[in-house]
Amino acid sequence: MANIVTHLFNRLFRNIFRNRNHVKLGLYGPPNAGKSTLANRICQDWLGEEMSVVSNIPHETREILLKEEVSIKNKRGKQLSFSLVDTPGIATKIDYEDFIKRGLKESVAKKRAKEATRGVIEAIKWLDQMDAVAVVLDATQDPYSQVNITIVGNLQARDIPVLIVANKTDLRRARVQRVEAAFPQYQVVGISARKGANVEQFYEQLFKLVR
Amino acid sequence: MVTFNFVPYHEIDELSSAKRVNKLLNIVKQKKIVLLEGRLTKQEEADLIEITMEEIGERFKGIELAVIDPQLADLGGMRRLKYGLASVLLGNRQGITVIGPASVVKAIRKNPNSIELSTYEARRRTRRRS
Repeated sequence: MANIVTHLFNRLFRNIFRNRNHVKLGLYGPPNAGKSTLANRICQDWLGEEMSVVSNIPHETREILLKEEVSIKNKRGKQLSFSLVDTPGIATKIDYEDFIKRGLKESVAKKRAKEATRGVIEAIKWLDQMDAVAVVLDATQDPYSQVNITIVGNLQARDIPVLIVANKTDLRRARVQRVEAAFPQYQVVGISARKGANVEQFYEQLFKLVR
Repeated sequence: MVTFNFVPYHEIDELSSAKRVNKLLNIVKQKKIVLLEGRLTKQEEADLIEITMEEIGERFKGIELAVIDPQLADLGGMRRLKYGLASVLLGNRQGITVIGPASVVKAIRKNPNSIELSTYEARRRTRRRS
């Protein structure tokens, strides 16, 4: 009962105070799906600067990164302003030995693992503050992972609009259709954040997401 | 050897969310794989991930998690209503939740009505169907 009341209050509060022309847009997803690469793509396209550090080693982003006042325009000249929130990848396990296998020293690997666990907690806590979320998935990976389903389920439970981004379409193993099959109730857009492929379609979907 | 610990839903039914999550996580930390009748709520799943992150250290590396949930949308009107009503009255008893320690369970893959679980210890795959 308390959950239902809290949910209704949050929904009412969000709808009253949300300014649709300026929303908090979160990038959520598992580690190494390309959230920071997409954040950089958006910032490069519209601000001419990068926002996040990217790396092949998972959990490069270990704290919430916020870029205020990102404004994008669509073909019809309509403008959308939002604060872009790049979040640490959400995972259910973090083993410092995996970082050692990637070439990091033990002390650095342990520090990175500790920071990564804090990052996951922080990302989950920030869910409530989002007005809209792009869930970034690696289209070459299994979309049915429970982390993906838990993220999307929690956003749905909080009544936060969701766009699924199937990233890394430049890779041969990418399967956007598989992502679509896993999340049939959501709009899925296939992009390559790294190469910039189909990002125009992604921006168009952002306008629909926060309409 | 891999140990499965079946947890019937009535064992967690009366517990608060925090106690449910802690009960399941305590079993997993004993290097056992939890087979929970039914499922946690979405918020509890997020809580499970949060508490897991807090507990990660030298010995505990985290968890592998998978839920097989029957898709009520695939059922006809009356059956969907029946199962929906049962969930409201009896809790989330439908489906199965698998939670394993990351040091034992290498990966769990869903496809989506079967679970493929590979372990480090057994070094072979066992396949379970719901």
